[in-house]
Order: sequence, then C-alpha cells, then structure tokens
Amino acid sequence: MEHTSLLERILRGIALTLVVIFFMFPILWIFMMSFQTNETILRIPPQLIFEPTLANYTALITGKLMTAAGTLDIAFMRNLWNSVFLSVTSVAVSLLLGVPAAYAFARHKFRGSEDIAFTLLSFKFAPALLVLLPLTLYFQKLGLANTYIGLIWVYQLICLPLILWIVRGYFEDIPADIEYAYRIGGHSWFATFRKIALPLAGPGIAAAGLLAFIFAWNNFVFALVLASADKQPVTVGALAFITSSGIQYGQISAAIVLSITPTLALALYAQRYLVEGLSLGAVKG
Amino acid sequence: MASLELRNVVKRYKSQTVLDNLSLTVADGETLVLFGPSGAGKTVLLRLVAGVIDPDEGKILIGGEDMTDVDAEFRGVGMAFQNFALFPHMSAFDNIATPLAAKRSSQSAIKSGVESVAKLLKIAHVLSHKPRALSNGQKQRTALARALVGSPPLLLLDDPLRNVDAKLRFEMRLELPRLLADRGATVVYVTQDYKEAMALGDRIAVMSQGVIRQLGTPEQIYREPANIEIARLFGDPTINLLDVKPARDARGIYVGLSNVQIHLPDAPETAIGRDCIIGLRPEALHFVGDNEPGAIPVTVEAETPLNEKIVTLVRTVRGREILVSRPAGAPGRDEGKAHIAVDGKSALLFDHASGERIGAKNIVKLRNGEAA
Repeated sequence: MEHTSLLERILRGIALTLVVIFFMFPILWIFMMSFQTNETILRIPPQLIFEPTLANYTALITGKLMTAAGTLDIAFMRNLWNSVFLSVTSVAVSLLLGVPAAYAFARHKFRGSEDIAFTLLSFKFAPALLVLLPLTLYFQKLGLANTYIGLIWVYQLICLPLILWIVRGYFEDIPADIEYAYRIGGHSWFATFRKIALPLAGPGIAAAGLLAFIFAWNNFVFALVLASADKQPVTVGALAFITSSGIQYGQISAAIVLSITPTLALALYAQRYLVEGLSLGAVKG
Repeated sequence: MASLELRNVVKRYKSQTVLDNLSLTVADGETLVLFGPSGAGKTVLLRLVAGVIDPDEGKILIGGEDMTDVDAEFRGVGMAFQNFALFPHMSAFDNIATPLAAKRSSQSAIKSGVESVAKLLKIAHVLSHKPRALSNGQKQRTALARALVGSPPLLLLDDPLRNVDAKLRFEMRLELPRLLADRGATVVYVTQDYKEAMALGDRIAVMSQGVIRQLGTPEQIYREPANIEIARLFGDPTINLLDVKPARDARGIYVGLSNVQIHLPDAPETAIGRDCIIGLRPEALHFVGDNEPGAIPVTVEAETPLNEKIVTLVRTVRGREILVSRPAGAPGRDEGKAHIAVDGKSALLFDHASGERIGAKNIVKLRNGEAA
C-alpha cells in the first residue's frame, strides 16, 4: 500500500465505485420503486425525481391492495411471519441436530462416518424440483403437506448439510490436545463437548447458523409446492402481486425491501463473526 | 503414589505400527525420560497411558491396577502437552483450576490450590490473564501448573520445554527436578533434548520406531550406548566415529589411527579382525606434547570457544576430521601442527555392519551382577 501513486489511487477509486454501483444498483432501484406508484414506475423514460408515497407500505401492512379492478386482500404480513417462523425454527432444529452430529463426525471416525457425512451433503446436489414431486406425494399421504412441521422438515434439506459441514470444519480445527487436556483433568466427554468444543467453535456455529438462516429465508421452490396461502413465506407470497390487472411493481418493491431487511440487518450485525468465522480457524495457539 | 507398567503394548495406525510390543515398568516415585527422535512413538505412548487413545493390544497398569479400559477422566493422571493445550477461552486461573473443579472441590479449596501451585511456578501475577495474553514461558508454566494442581500420583510431561526459549529452558531444567522430587510423583517425561534427558531422568528409555532401544541410567546410556545411533544422540559435541579394524599384539587388542597403535584394554576378543567403528568422545581426547607415546599428529583446522569449553576441529594425516573438546583454560593448540592422545579405556567399539556396540551385552550383565 505504501508505494501507491496518485494515479493508482484514483483508478482504484473508480474501479471500486463501478463495482459498488454494479452490485448496489438493483437494490437502490428497488428501494426507490417502493416509494413510487405504479404509474410513475412505468413512465417512459424513467425519472429519478418523483413524489415519494408510502401507499405501497400501507397497503402491505394493512393487507388491502388497491388495484384498478378493486380492492384485493393480501397476506403479506402473514407471509412475513411465516418466513420468520419457518426460518428460525428450521435453523434451530438444524443446530440442535447438526452441531452434535458435526462433533461426532469431526472427532470420532466410526465405520461409515465419511459415507454418512457425504450422503448428507449430497442432499444439496439434487435439483430441488427433482425431489419435490415424490416428496409432495409422500407428504400428502402422511398428512404433512401444508403444515409447518412438514415445511420445517423439508427445510432441513437446506440447513442441515450446511451447518453440519461448516461446523464440522470448526470442530476439526480445535486441536485435539485441548480436549484431551480437559478429559485428563477429570471431565466427561459430554462436559468436554459443552465446556470446550462448543465455546471454541462458537463463531463458526454462529456463522453457519446465519448462513443457514439466509438460505432458508430465501427458499422459494419447496414452499411454493408444499405450502398453501396461509403457510407461505414472503418469497412465495410476492407472487400475489402479479394480479389480473397488472403487476404491482410498487408493492413488490416494498415487499422486497421489507423482506430483505431482517436478513440484511442480521448479516450486517453478524458481519464480523461471519467473516472471522468463515475465514479463520476458531483457535490458533 | 503409583507405579506404571506397560505390558506388550501395540498401537497401529492403519498399516503402520507405531508402538511395537512395548513393555516398560516405571517404579513408584521414579522419573523416567522417554528420549528419541520425532516419530519414535513417545507421544503416542504418553497418550495411551493418559487414556485418550486406546492400545490395539496389551495392558496398561497404573498403581498395579489394570487401567486399559478405563476412561481418561478416571485415571487420575496429570499431563502437560508440548503445545501447552491451554483452553483459550478461559483465564489462566480457570485453566489451572479445571482438574480441581472436576473433583467438585469447594471454591475456597480451588482458590488456595491454584494459588499455591501458581506461586510455586511464579505465575501468581498473571492468573487473571487469558492464554493469548501470556508469554510462551508463562503459557508453559500455566500448562505445568494445570498438570500439577491436583497432585496426581502419575505425571506425564510431553516435551513441556520444547516451545520455550533457550534461557527459560535452562532455568526450568534446573527447577524441574526439585519440583518433581518434592511432589514425590511418578513421572514420565518425553524429550528430544539429550541434556534435558540427562538432567531429569532417574532412568532414560531411548526409543526409535516404536521400540525401546536402550533403557538405563543417564550414566549407562552415555558410557555404554547400545549402538552408534544412541552414541551419536547423546553428547555435545557429537562423538567421533572412525572406521577401524582391531588387531592383537603382545600388549593386547589395539586399533591403528594414523599409524599409531591405540590399545583398548576393555575391548572383547570378538572384535579382532572385524570391520568396526571406533567411537571417541571429544572430551576423551587431549592435546599432548610431541614426544608423548601414542600421540597422534594432527593439524588444527578450526576452534570454537564455548565459554566453559573449547571445541577444536583437527585433521589427521590421513585426512579424517576429529573433534576435540577441552575445558576452558586447559592446555591446547589453536593453530598449526599438534598432537592428540586417545584414552583407550573410554573408547567405544561398534560393529560396522549392524551399528551395535561390541560387547554391549557383556557389560550390561556385569553391571547387573555388580548391583546384585
């Protein structure tokens, strides 16, 4: 860094600005659209100066969508709640199952352990649509279709492999000697897991949980096929804005802004842990 | 108080045998040093005793009790690790306190226990620090304190001085024997440093490739090494090794070095006419005057003064290089031509092909006979 010339710094600044604009533009545009009516959005050429309106947000929050064809009920707030509930519960279940499993895979090489771990990972390989048809048929037979339990179960396909494989890496990074030292000190393996392994893998577990939360939140296909209106998350609920009287761009934008806010806030808050957790081994020295 | 006994212990990783049918007994209160190059199986042996890994075959007895299938937390041993293995998320105090906490000791008992051992190891002032805020020496003392705090009857120390600087290592080498003796514990101490082994061990077990090559007192290992490898590992500067073929004349068995006959009064008859390697400790060689009988003419090549001793590299007329060590102040030459004399009594003879010391078994037997 010490030998950068003025020109170099200017070029770097320009390059960085371009990258930021490229990536941030859609979000910025959506943010602006959410404060406009459909008429101003669809005006050609598009205009940067407009009179902001909160109509889109009020429509979403009150659940009454005014269209040219009349008033339409939308369940956006319900969808938002579904998203929160499904994502939080799925991640919680995944952590409960995945973290001990990850520890077992990291520390105990039992017969077939690699195969089991890989099978769990392979859930991520199959295209979701391929899995969905048989899954839907089974779920209808079992009475799990359109239930929270069924959805949370299917969401494990998304969260569990992710948490298992990331957290496993963290447990493997903890020097075995540290755990041996605790065992030799007179503690059971379970106490060692709780008092040594869990705290030391903490940042990794938090990072994996956060990633799993974002993946669960963004899921679309599973929820589209397996859930009806009252169980749908926002990703699917946004489809309701494509109405018979046209696409409600303003409301879609407002819905997007509202639905990315929780994940964005969470990611920003946990950014430090996420980067730290994903880039560097949990313990060194 | 606890003795330790290993019976025919075998440990394999995949197809590799790390410990090969190893048996060993450590008496109650004894300090046994496991010495050997890395990969010899020393650390594996300690971990087997601690119970964090299981042997494939054989038995491990602590205090006469079969502990082979007992979990690590019930064996009641203390262990210090080469890389310290401190708990990074706990303060030094909590680190040291873990063995006491496991015994459900009262808060006050834990506090006094930790503080007394911390005082002993001179780390009382850093007890509130996290490991990352400790210097290497303090980390090492914290790890040692954690091993000592529960007063375990059996202490396993895995090269605890490996990762500390030379000055501290020297200090600890002086401190440790008293510390260990005061505890009265049985100690198994792993090291790769021969000086540490000599300073700390009541007995030394020299290991390589999963087998104990020689077991004896530091004196025995130094004076009567079982083979060339062990002779080379113990001693600084390293032992001089020269190819010779012993012969016999009226005065007994001798070898020829630079056309000078050196008589070896202790050499066995079996050495005569065999291809041998003679081992001469640098401190068994002396500079002498030209007309001394048995003096070997040499040229001085280089000299390294090491405060307490001076090491000189000399070359014989046949071009072989020899190290001579003498205490500082002893007469010697620092350049040009010189003569050295060899003390035939302290010379060691090794078989050229096998590397085993010739007559090794005889001497061990004799010693045992003397002791009995």
